[in-house]
Amino acid sequence: MTDAIKILEALADPTRREIFERIAARPRSVGELARGLPVSRPAVSQHLRVLKTAGLVADYAEGTRRVYQIDPAGLGPLRAWLDRFWDRALAAYQAEVESNPEQ
Amino acid sequence: MSLKIAPAPVRKTLQVKASQARAFEVFTAGFARWWPATHSIGKSALKDAIMEPQVGGRWYERGEDGSECDWGRVLAWEPPARLVLSWQLSAQWKFDPDLLTEVEVRFIPEGDRLTRVEFEHRGLESYGDQAEAVRKSINSPGGWPGILEAYAAAAA
Repeated sequence: MTDAIKILEALADPTRREIFERIAARPRSVGELARGLPVSRPAVSQHLRVLKTAGLVADYAEGTRRVYQIDPAGLGPLRAWLDRFWDRALAAYQAEVESNPEQ
Repeated sequence: MSLKIAPAPVRKTLQVKASQARAFEVFTAGFARWWPATHSIGKSALKDAIMEPQVGGRWYERGEDGSECDWGRVLAWEPPARLVLSWQLSAQWKFDPDLLTEVEVRFIPEGDRLTRVEFEHRGLESYGDQAEAVRKSINSPGGWPGILEAYAAAAA
Protein backbone atom coordinates (compact mmCIF):
# COMPACT_ATOMS: atom_id res chain seq x y z
CA MET A 1 0.00 0.00 0.00
CA THR A 2 3.01 2.29 0.14
CA ASP A 3 2.49 2.40 -3.63
CA ALA A 4 -0.25 4.95 -3.08
CA ILE A 5 2.16 7.22 -1.24
CA LYS A 6 4.86 6.75 -3.86
CA ILE A 7 2.55 7.76 -6.63
CA LEU A 8 1.33 10.89 -4.89
CA GLU A 9 4.84 11.92 -3.92
CA ALA A 10 6.04 11.39 -7.47
CA LEU A 11 3.39 13.76 -8.79
CA ALA A 12 3.92 16.38 -6.07
CA ASP A 13 7.17 17.66 -7.64
CA PRO A 14 6.37 20.38 -10.24
CA THR A 15 9.16 19.30 -12.63
CA ARG A 16 8.14 15.67 -12.44
CA ARG A 17 4.53 16.62 -13.04
CA GLU A 18 5.61 18.62 -16.10
CA ILE A 19 7.59 15.65 -17.39
CA PHE A 20 4.67 13.36 -16.72
CA GLU A 21 2.27 15.63 -18.61
CA ARG A 22 4.57 15.83 -21.60
CA ILE A 23 4.77 12.05 -21.67
CA ALA A 24 1.00 11.85 -21.26
CA ALA A 25 0.59 13.99 -24.40
CA ARG A 26 2.71 11.54 -26.42
CA PRO A 27 5.59 9.13 -25.86
CA ARG A 28 8.99 10.90 -25.77
CA SER A 29 12.66 10.03 -25.39
CA VAL A 30 14.86 11.36 -22.58
CA GLY A 31 16.60 13.69 -25.04
CA GLU A 32 13.34 15.21 -26.25
CA LEU A 33 12.17 15.75 -22.70
CA ALA A 34 15.44 17.39 -21.64
CA ARG A 35 15.42 19.80 -24.59
CA GLY A 36 12.12 21.35 -23.55
CA LEU A 37 12.91 21.73 -19.87
CA PRO A 38 15.24 23.97 -17.83
CA VAL A 39 16.87 20.97 -16.17
CA SER A 40 19.82 18.79 -17.12
CA ARG A 41 19.46 15.48 -18.89
CA PRO A 42 20.71 13.52 -15.85
CA ALA A 43 18.10 15.34 -13.76
CA VAL A 44 15.40 14.32 -16.25
CA SER A 45 16.62 10.73 -16.06
CA GLN A 46 16.42 10.87 -12.28
CA HIS A 47 12.84 12.19 -12.42
CA LEU A 48 11.93 9.46 -14.90
CA ARG A 49 13.25 6.83 -12.52
CA VAL A 50 10.96 8.17 -9.77
CA LEU A 51 7.96 8.20 -12.12
CA LYS A 52 8.76 4.68 -13.25
CA THR A 53 9.19 3.36 -9.71
CA ALA A 54 5.80 4.86 -8.84
CA GLY A 55 4.28 3.00 -11.77
CA LEU A 56 3.28 6.17 -13.61
CA VAL A 57 5.42 5.70 -16.72
CA ALA A 58 6.87 2.77 -18.58
CA ASP A 59 9.78 2.76 -21.04
CA TYR A 60 10.72 0.79 -24.10
CA ALA A 61 13.63 0.70 -26.52
CA GLU A 62 13.33 2.28 -29.94
CA GLY A 63 16.61 1.78 -31.78
CA THR A 64 19.26 3.20 -29.46
CA ARG A 65 16.83 5.48 -27.63
CA ARG A 66 14.68 4.79 -24.60
CA VAL A 67 11.17 6.09 -25.06
CA TYR A 68 8.81 6.80 -22.19
CA GLN A 69 5.04 6.48 -22.24
CA ILE A 70 2.44 6.72 -19.51
CA ASP A 71 1.51 3.58 -17.68
CA PRO A 72 -2.27 3.34 -18.18
CA ALA A 73 -2.54 1.77 -14.75
CA GLY A 74 -0.89 4.90 -13.28
CA LEU A 75 -3.42 5.77 -10.63
CA GLY A 76 -3.78 2.08 -9.93
CA PRO A 77 -2.70 2.04 -6.31
CA LEU A 78 -5.11 4.80 -5.35
CA ARG A 79 -7.86 3.02 -7.23
CA ALA A 80 -6.94 -0.29 -5.60
CA TRP A 81 -7.20 1.30 -2.20
CA LEU A 82 -10.67 2.71 -2.94
CA ASP A 83 -11.65 -0.64 -4.40
CA ARG A 84 -10.80 -2.40 -1.14
CA PHE A 85 -12.39 0.35 0.92
CA TRP A 86 -15.72 -0.03 -0.91
CA ASP A 87 -15.58 -3.82 -0.54
CA ARG A 88 -15.52 -3.35 3.18
CA ALA A 89 -18.13 -0.56 3.26
CA LEU A 90 -20.55 -2.48 1.03
CA ALA A 91 -20.12 -5.66 3.06
CA ALA A 92 -21.14 -3.64 6.12
CA TYR A 93 -24.08 -2.23 4.15
CA GLN A 94 -25.20 -5.73 3.15
CA ALA A 95 -24.98 -6.96 6.73
CA GLU A 96 -27.12 -4.03 7.86
CA VAL A 97 -29.74 -4.52 5.12
CA GLU A 98 -30.07 -8.20 6.00
CA SER A 99 -29.88 -7.83 9.78
CA ASN A 100 -33.63 -7.38 10.26
CA PRO A 101 -35.55 -9.56 7.83
CA GLU A 102 -38.66 -7.88 6.49
CA GLN A 103 -42.01 -9.09 7.75
CA MET B 1 -4.19 21.18 -14.37
CA SER B 2 -5.38 17.84 -15.51
CA LEU B 3 -3.34 14.67 -15.63
CA LYS B 4 -4.44 12.89 -18.74
CA ILE B 5 -4.96 9.45 -17.36
CA ALA B 6 -8.26 7.96 -16.38
CA PRO B 7 -8.29 4.95 -14.11
CA ALA B 8 -11.21 2.59 -14.54
CA PRO B 9 -14.13 3.22 -12.20
CA VAL B 10 -14.42 1.06 -9.11
CA ARG B 11 -17.41 -1.21 -9.78
CA LYS B 12 -19.15 -3.60 -7.43
CA THR B 13 -22.21 -5.75 -7.74
CA LEU B 14 -23.86 -7.40 -4.79
CA GLN B 15 -27.12 -9.12 -4.09
CA VAL B 16 -28.95 -8.34 -0.89
CA LYS B 17 -31.77 -10.32 0.66
CA ALA B 18 -34.18 -7.42 0.93
CA SER B 19 -36.76 -5.58 -1.13
CA GLN B 20 -35.66 -2.80 -3.47
CA ALA B 21 -37.28 -0.22 -1.18
CA ARG B 22 -35.43 -1.46 1.88
CA ALA B 23 -32.12 -1.72 0.04
CA PHE B 24 -32.46 1.94 -1.00
CA GLU B 25 -33.65 3.06 2.42
CA VAL B 26 -30.74 1.45 4.30
CA PHE B 27 -28.18 2.84 1.85
CA THR B 28 -29.52 6.38 2.20
CA ALA B 29 -31.48 7.09 5.40
CA GLY B 30 -29.63 4.29 7.19
CA PHE B 31 -26.21 5.35 5.96
CA ALA B 32 -24.79 6.05 9.44
CA ARG B 33 -25.77 2.55 10.59
CA TRP B 34 -23.31 0.81 8.29
CA TRP B 35 -20.66 3.33 7.24
CA PRO B 36 -17.26 2.43 8.76
CA ALA B 37 -17.06 4.75 11.77
CA THR B 38 -13.31 5.06 11.31
CA HIS B 39 -13.98 7.18 8.25
CA SER B 40 -15.17 10.31 9.89
CA ILE B 41 -13.63 13.47 8.41
CA GLY B 42 -14.43 15.86 11.25
CA LYS B 43 -12.35 16.57 14.33
CA SER B 44 -15.04 15.05 16.49
CA ALA B 45 -16.18 11.41 16.42
CA LEU B 46 -18.87 10.56 13.88
CA LYS B 47 -22.34 10.79 15.39
CA ASP B 48 -24.47 10.79 12.29
CA ALA B 49 -24.15 10.89 8.51
CA ILE B 50 -26.90 12.58 6.56
CA MET B 51 -27.92 12.38 2.93
CA GLU B 52 -30.61 14.99 2.21
CA PRO B 53 -33.33 13.23 0.15
CA GLN B 54 -33.39 15.49 -2.93
CA VAL B 55 -31.28 16.51 -5.90
CA GLY B 56 -28.83 19.15 -4.73
CA GLY B 57 -29.14 17.95 -1.15
CA ARG B 58 -26.13 17.89 1.11
CA TRP B 59 -24.27 14.73 2.07
CA TYR B 60 -22.50 15.40 5.31
CA GLU B 61 -21.55 14.11 8.70
CA ARG B 62 -22.29 15.47 12.13
CA GLY B 63 -19.81 14.94 14.92
CA GLU B 64 -20.43 14.25 18.59
CA ASP B 65 -19.76 17.95 19.24
CA GLY B 66 -22.40 19.06 16.72
CA SER B 67 -19.90 20.18 14.08
CA GLU B 68 -20.73 19.37 10.45
CA CYS B 69 -18.44 18.36 7.57
CA ASP B 70 -19.52 18.08 3.96
CA TRP B 71 -18.73 14.98 1.92
CA GLY B 72 -20.48 15.89 -1.31
CA ARG B 73 -23.90 16.44 -2.84
CA VAL B 74 -26.88 14.43 -4.02
CA LEU B 75 -26.74 14.53 -7.85
CA ALA B 76 -29.60 12.14 -8.58
CA TRP B 77 -32.36 11.00 -6.21
CA GLU B 78 -34.65 8.40 -7.74
CA PRO B 79 -35.98 6.19 -4.94
CA PRO B 80 -36.02 3.27 -4.83
CA ALA B 81 -34.05 2.64 -8.03
CA ARG B 82 -31.06 4.95 -8.33
CA LEU B 83 -28.82 7.32 -6.44
CA VAL B 84 -25.88 9.46 -7.59
CA LEU B 85 -23.67 11.31 -5.13
CA SER B 86 -20.67 13.53 -5.65
CA TRP B 87 -17.79 12.26 -3.58
CA GLN B 88 -15.52 15.21 -2.85
CA LEU B 89 -13.26 13.71 -0.25
CA SER B 90 -9.57 14.11 -0.93
CA ALA B 91 -6.85 11.55 -0.45
CA GLN B 92 -6.46 13.14 3.00
CA TRP B 93 -10.12 12.33 3.63
CA LYS B 94 -11.09 16.00 3.71
CA PHE B 95 -13.80 17.81 1.75
CA ASP B 96 -12.37 19.52 -1.32
CA PRO B 97 -14.82 21.53 -3.46
CA ASP B 98 -12.47 21.23 -6.45
CA LEU B 99 -12.39 17.46 -6.35
CA LEU B 100 -15.27 15.84 -8.15
CA THR B 101 -15.73 12.11 -8.27
CA GLU B 102 -19.11 10.39 -8.49
CA VAL B 103 -20.71 7.48 -6.74
CA GLU B 104 -23.69 5.89 -8.48
CA VAL B 105 -25.78 3.14 -6.92
CA ARG B 106 -28.55 1.27 -8.74
CA PHE B 107 -31.02 -0.98 -6.96
CA ILE B 108 -32.55 -3.59 -9.26
CA PRO B 109 -35.35 -5.83 -7.97
CA GLU B 110 -34.70 -9.49 -8.63
CA GLY B 111 -37.41 -10.99 -6.49
CA ASP B 112 -39.81 -10.27 -3.67
CA ARG B 113 -37.00 -9.84 -1.17
CA LEU B 114 -33.97 -9.89 -3.40
CA THR B 115 -32.23 -6.87 -4.87
CA ARG B 116 -29.16 -6.53 -7.02
CA VAL B 117 -27.05 -3.52 -6.04
CA GLU B 118 -24.79 -2.11 -8.74
CA PHE B 119 -22.22 0.29 -7.42
CA GLU B 120 -19.79 2.54 -9.30
CA HIS B 121 -17.26 5.11 -8.06
CA ARG B 122 -15.99 7.01 -11.10
CA GLY B 123 -14.02 10.09 -12.11
CA LEU B 124 -11.01 8.95 -10.10
CA GLU B 125 -8.68 10.87 -12.42
CA SER B 126 -9.79 13.93 -10.46
CA TYR B 127 -7.35 12.77 -7.78
CA GLY B 128 -4.47 13.44 -10.14
CA ASP B 129 -5.00 17.17 -9.69
CA GLN B 130 -4.41 16.93 -6.01
CA ALA B 131 -0.76 16.04 -6.00
CA GLU B 132 0.35 19.49 -4.91
CA ALA B 133 -1.84 19.54 -1.84
CA VAL B 134 -0.82 16.03 -0.95
CA ARG B 135 2.82 17.00 -0.73
CA LYS B 136 2.01 19.29 2.20
CA SER B 137 0.04 16.80 4.22
CA ILE B 138 1.60 13.54 3.21
CA ASN B 139 3.31 13.05 6.55
CA SER B 140 0.52 14.29 8.76
CA PRO B 141 -1.26 11.65 10.83
CA GLY B 142 -4.50 12.40 8.99
CA GLY B 143 -2.88 11.96 5.58
CA TRP B 144 -2.42 8.85 3.55
CA PRO B 145 -0.13 7.04 5.99
CA GLY B 146 -2.67 7.41 8.79
CA ILE B 147 -5.59 6.35 6.66
CA LEU B 148 -3.75 3.40 5.18
CA GLU B 149 -2.57 2.27 8.59
CA ALA B 150 -6.07 2.46 9.99
CA TYR B 151 -7.38 0.68 6.94
CA ALA B 152 -4.81 -2.11 7.18
CA ALA B 153 -5.59 -2.60 10.86
CA ALA B 154 -9.32 -2.72 10.23
CA ALA B 155 -9.05 -5.04 7.25
CA ALA B 156 -6.69 -7.48 8.96
